[in-house]
Parts: sequence; structure tokens; C-alpha cells
Amino acid sequence: MLRLEGLTKVYPTGDKALTDVTLEIPDGEVVALIGPSGAGKSTLIRCINRLVQPSSGRAILDGTDITALGSGGLRRMRRRMGMIFQEYALVERLTVMENVLSGRLGYVGFWRSYFRKYPQSDVDEAYRLLDRVGLLEMADKRADELSGGQRQRVGIARALIQNPALLLVDEPTASLDPKTSRQIMRLIRELCQERGLAAIINIHDVKLAQMFVQRVIGLTGGVVQFDGPPDALTGDVLTRIYGEEDWKETIRKVGDVDDDEDAA
Amino acid sequence: MSATPAHDLLSAKVGQPWKKPPLIRRAWLRWILLIGGLVYFVLAMASMEVNWMRVWEGLDRGRQFVLAFTDPDFTSRATDIREGLIESAIMTVTSTVVGIALSIPVALGAARNIAPLPIYLFCRGIVALSRALNEIIVAILLVAIFGFGPMAGFLTLSFATIGFMAKLLAEDIEDLDRSQAEAVRATGARWSQWINYGVQPQVMPRLIGLSMYRLDINFRESAVLGLVGAGGIGATLNTAFDRYEFDTAAAILIIIIAVVMALEYLSGIIRARVQ
Repeated sequence: MLRLEGLTKVYPTGDKALTDVTLEIPDGEVVALIGPSGAGKSTLIRCINRLVQPSSGRAILDGTDITALGSGGLRRMRRRMGMIFQEYALVERLTVMENVLSGRLGYVGFWRSYFRKYPQSDVDEAYRLLDRVGLLEMADKRADELSGGQRQRVGIARALIQNPALLLVDEPTASLDPKTSRQIMRLIRELCQERGLAAIINIHDVKLAQMFVQRVIGLTGGVVQFDGPPDALTGDVLTRIYGEEDWKETIRKVGDVDDDEDAA
Repeated sequence: MSATPAHDLLSAKVGQPWKKPPLIRRAWLRWILLIGGLVYFVLAMASMEVNWMRVWEGLDRGRQFVLAFTDPDFTSRATDIREGLIESAIMTVTSTVVGIALSIPVALGAARNIAPLPIYLFCRGIVALSRALNEIIVAILLVAIFGFGPMAGFLTLSFATIGFMAKLLAEDIEDLDRSQAEAVRATGARWSQWINYGVQPQVMPRLIGLSMYRLDINFRESAVLGLVGAGGIGATLNTAFDRYEFDTAAAILIIIIAVVMALEYLSGIIRARVQ
């Protein structure tokens, strides 16, 4: 379980990115984090694995206060938190396999990783994950030869091979077409269900979020404005989060069926 | 409809010609810089004296030198040339390898996005020192310490390679794609693994390209360093000039040009391959 207690981030420029964020995410729950650009969504998930250093407050994963860890402890903790990025963030000049195996860096020593001599169990798991995301035959291609959707699948495999307890997902569909976006979101949800993983997904597409998550958190100006089930997102709520607009087309109508569910 | 301020602005603009704003906005400063620059240039040109009698005599020596290229003499000093070339090759390869090996840690230290400030300043200091001191000056100092011969040349070129490679490589490291590096860090990688997976793949093409480029610079420099006693083909060339053996000198220059062009061609192929 992840618990955030009064998490606050003030950048050196004086910008308050997060103010007193307190929330709890139980194991296995997939949460969408929505809000306008600059609301602090990216900062929030980066404060959890401390790619960004929070100014105050605590982030506690399974009883360990991440904000209090030293560098060694932080590295071991990061292994428990898989991260998936907006522009995939694969190392472009490494192969697909190297990218996936890099998810094991926290578990192997330097020389093993330097000579790419990973334990057989890691290699097997990498193959299994690539097969699961449908890219087994791409294993030895260079990452920059792949399409956007394929790259994001590699990014997902890299996060999962860490054997994480929590997925931090930063706008996974922002650079993908609508169909691929749905496939990626569906894949993330399925994998979370299979492994009982909790996930926080930053996302701009409200409708897409509603289709695939159990809970939505709305962030505005670094403050939690909304926290509830996807169906509770009304036009009024979106106006509170984003400001005045006509929201009819943005939210899923009650009774909408996930007609794409079987068309994978 | 009442006219808004925006509309007033528009009606003032419509019908007016448009001109690109000048680079220097203050007109007086623009003219002072322009006229001042011109005046200085004219005065500077005028201050250079030419002794036309001396040029007339020199023309003949120049002609002999150029004519020597039509009949270069590779044979009568063949042994000297061969030994000079071997010495230059040794200097070039050893100094390139040692210089690059030393420049990589300096480059990591001189990249602001990787190194903490004290290390950054220290490594930038090394780079600045290496680049401020011209090879010839370093070579004169090292010849004074180590005596004539290729040792001084090797050390000079290694030192120069560090400054050159570290500066350009550090710039490439500072330009790297942050998200790729961030993703590797997020896996729980230690610092050395982060460098190996997040940074090295991104700068590898640049490192290989620069290394090849530096190899041919070092060969060219080895020819110049011989003039101040640091060994190599330059020493042979210097001897030929001292003896007014322009045909041998021409032969040596042709060899240097050929080697540099071959290296240039080779590095072009390699750089195209690694991209």
C-alpha cells in the first residue's frame, strides 16, 4: 500500500508544484491522475520515487518511508517502483533486450550489467515479458527501430521486470494514436490485475481514463480537487479541475459500453 | 462596435511597410561599431610593412620550393623518412589512446548535468589549461624536461587530446536526452550502471567520431612538433629544410598529406557506420 502524507514540493524558483497532498492507494488499485498541464501530476509521481526531491511530507510504500531513505536504500526502493514514461524513454541506441534487462539494474552488480551477463532467470523473464507484450521477435532489434506503440510496450516490460509493487505511469498515451492508446491502457490494466499491482497513471484523456481505472484523482495547482470513482466525474467536477468549458464530449456518458473491449 | 485598443493598434499598423528589426537596436551603437570596425581594419592593414626588394629575392626561393614538388626525392633520405614516419605513427597512436582514456573521466566531470560543482570546476580547469596552452609551447617545455625525441611529443599530444576530447564530449553529455537517463535511474541503477546504460549509449557515436578526428589531428601535429625537437616525421622535415633539401622536404610533405587524407577518408567511413 502506498500512502502520501502532506507531500509538498516547492521548486527553487518558488513555484509551488504540490501542496499538502495526502492520499492512500491500496494494493492492486489502478488510479488515474488528471489535471491541467502544470498541475503537478508529473511532479507528484516523481516525488514518490524521488526523481524529484519532495520539500516536505512523506511517501510510504509498504511501511517504508521513501522520503527518509539514504541513497542505497532509495536504490533498493526504486526496484519496487516501475516507471513508464510519456515518450517511452527507452535508451534508443540499445537493443530491445538490453532495455528490458535494464529493469534489473537494481538487482545485479556493475560488472554483470556492464558485460550484459544477466542471470538466466532474468533473461528468461525478459523473454516471457516480451512475449506477453507481443514483441518476442523484436528482442535483438535496436529500440529506435520500433514504432511508438511497440516502444511503449518495451517500456512496460522494462518496468515489470523490476518485479515492482507499484507502477508510476507518466502520460503513457500522450504520443500515441487513439487505437494504440487504448491498447496500451488495456495492457497496463490487465498486467496490474494479473500481478495485483497498484498504479498511478497521469493522463490527459479523461474518457480514456474513465474506461480503464477504478479511481480518479483530480489535481489543480498542486492541490487534490477530486478523489472518487470514474463515474462520479461530472461536468461540474471537470470545471473545478480544469476551469470552465463544455464537457459533454469529454466524459463518458452513463451507459456507454466499452465496445472495444473484445476487439483487441 | 466600439474600437478596442487592439483595433487601434491594428489600424495604426495596416498600410505601413514592414521591416525586420535590426540586430543591434540602438542606431548610434550600430553605426559606431560599423565605422569603428572599418577604420581599425584600414589602419591595421596600413601598419603592415612590406619590403618589396626582399619579396623579389624570396620569390626565387619560393619557386625552388614549389618546383621541388614536381621532382620529390623519396630515396636519398629514405631511411630517415622511414624512421621519422614510424616515430610519428607511434606518437600518434599512443598519444591518442592515452589521451582519450584520460579524457573520458575528465569529460564526465566537466558535464554540469552529471558532476557536482567542485568536480565540475576542477575538470573545466583541466580542459581550459589544456586548450589555452598551444601544442608548440607545451612541446618546447617538455623537450626542455625530457630532451629531444618522441617522448616529449607523446606527452604533448596526450595533454592536448585531453582538452580537445573532454570539452567536446562534455558538451555532448550535457545535451543528452534527459528522459532516457532518468528512466535508467528510476530502475534503481547505481551511478556506474547509470553512466553505462543511460549516458554511454547516447554519446558513443560522438566519442568514436571525435576519436577518429583526433587521430588525424595528432598525426598532423606530430609533423609540426618535430620542428621544436619533439621527434617524429617533423624532425626529419626540419632537417631537410635546414639543409635546403627542398626535394626531400617535398617528399615528406607529400607523405604527410597522403596519410592525413587517408585517415580523413577512413574516419569518414567509420563515422558513417557508427551512427
